[in-house]
Amino acid sequence: MFDVLKLRKMFPIYENHPDLVYLDTGATSLKPQCVLDKMNEYYQEYGVNIHRGVYHLSYLATNAYDEARQKCADFLNASFEEIVFKRNVSEALNFIALTYGEEYLQEGDVVITSELEHHSSILPWMKLCERKKASLRYVKLDSEGRITIDNFKKALDSKVKIVALTYVSNVLGYITPIKEIINLSHKIGAKVIVDAAQAVAHFKVDVKDLDADFLAFSSHKMMGPTGIGVLYGKKEILKKIQPLEYGGDMNDEVCLDSVTIKEIPYCFETGTPAIAEAIGLGRAIDLINELGYDNIKSHCESLKKYALEKLKDIEGITLYNPHCDLPILAFNINNVHPHDAATIFDEANVCLRAGHHCAQLITKWLKVLGTLRATFYIYNDYHDVDRFVESVKECVAFFKQFEGDNYE
Amino acid sequence: MNNIQNLYRQVIMDHYKNPRNKGLKGYPHVHLKNPSCGDDITIEANVVDGVIKEIRHNGSGCSICCSSASVLTEVLQGKTVEEAKEIIEKYFSLMKGEKITDEDVLEEALVYEGVSQFPARIKCATISWKALEKLLNGEQDEQ
Ligand SMILES: Cc1ncc(COP(=O)(O)O)c(C=O)c1O
Repeated sequence: MFDVLKLRKMFPIYENHPDLVYLDTGATSLKPQCVLDKMNEYYQEYGVNIHRGVYHLSYLATNAYDEARQKCADFLNASFEEIVFKRNVSEALNFIALTYGEEYLQEGDVVITSELEHHSSILPWMKLCERKKASLRYVKLDSEGRITIDNFKKALDSKVKIVALTYVSNVLGYITPIKEIINLSHKIGAKVIVDAAQAVAHFKVDVKDLDADFLAFSSHKMMGPTGIGVLYGKKEILKKIQPLEYGGDMNDEVCLDSVTIKEIPYCFETGTPAIAEAIGLGRAIDLINELGYDNIKSHCESLKKYALEKLKDIEGITLYNPHCDLPILAFNINNVHPHDAATIFDEANVCLRAGHHCAQLITKWLKVLGTLRATFYIYNDYHDVDRFVESVKECVAFFKQFEGDNYE
Repeated sequence: MNNIQNLYRQVIMDHYKNPRNKGLKGYPHVHLKNPSCGDDITIEANVVDGVIKEIRHNGSGCSICCSSASVLTEVLQGKTVEEAKEIIEKYFSLMKGEKITDEDVLEEALVYEGVSQFPARIKCATISWKALEKLLNGEQDEQ
């Protein structure tokens, strides 16, 4: 376990809210001072545009931006030109659907996805299929709500051209057996797009080892700033797709009625990018490396076990994923709407999420209106779990007072 | 009474579990949704000669949302459109925690006074009232 009290000193939000129990890392992580400092350093010391000026400061900015891209490449075991900066996972996945998808999906083709997905990993494909008269096929989930190899095989046939799946479910915390899915998909010539939004904060994601065709993550869920995310695409595939947007920086030579474009990845990034954010993301990657995935994993695993153990003894709640792989717990207080429950947690300064978590299909699959979701990360400790569990109990007890003969 | 007890008053939970005037009859209606939390409410009203003869509601959501639709029907049924609009305004002021004059006209809706302490829940408590306000202002959804 990390020494959490020491580690929290890195996160200035705790100074402003010493009593905070933050259990919503699944939505976005807290930001460490080192990331904020790195962004400030850019603004204060060399805050000028990149790839444009031939003066010293611009050289510094360009270098720092390139360095951040290289860090992202190393982070995923990819190469520099395979890293395209986008605003977030949502933009990255839309980009793939609107470029690769538009160019290569044909009428009658099939795109495989699942009910476990975040809306961002379904809707771009749903709309693309509508336009192309292709169809969207959902892998059947097993009784726990997992994507399994067996069920994936049943969904796979020669019509499948694209597979778009999440690496980790943001509601149930399951890790998808994505490496084997990619292997099976490649055998029939389908490309696989991996939504790694919930994965990168927790374990090493190696695109070479996975042999992923595309993969996306957002900086803000791994202690980096908002406003920047990464789209990884295999070099051979990126070279085959046309830019989605045209404008400054992405072009090579411009003539009166034609333009040649830059090489990858620059041809996919037009306009002044999120420079400070990219640099901040680079620092967040360094931090994850400094902390070490092994330590992050064992810390989160301990919290998960402890929380599951404590919840087991509480009557009056339903936990939907007692076998989650990561510390993402989805539950409800029986007969209490998640938004009513959330207010009780809020009063106790316990921040968790209530609702459908941008994943309405899994909420429907669970046959509920919504769920409460608590996610734990490195800055949480056993004390946070205790406070959380206390609030769960309080919530159960509070709403019990309204149950009685008078009520249905 | 602590804040939470003040928010979830017995009356509110009673209306939640035993809603009055629930179920639609086909009068002109307005449907409002809050997609981020799932509150989904339809309010319909039968207005005859400037008087609200009947209000019905249907939908789903949290206790604050569903109960406030039920309470609204009881408070505003029988009022003239003008009276109802004034009461709706007062209710919105109550949500903002503003001091209001003759609060008695709010009748049972006064139990929502505690909501002003919970800014995140104001949307829940006002969605049905906003739907009725739209309806009284002449907006209406297609049948
Ligand atoms: C699994 C998953 N995919 C995609 C997203 C979308 O990420 P973003 O909002 O950064 O685009 C999220 C986060 O909300 C997520 O958890």
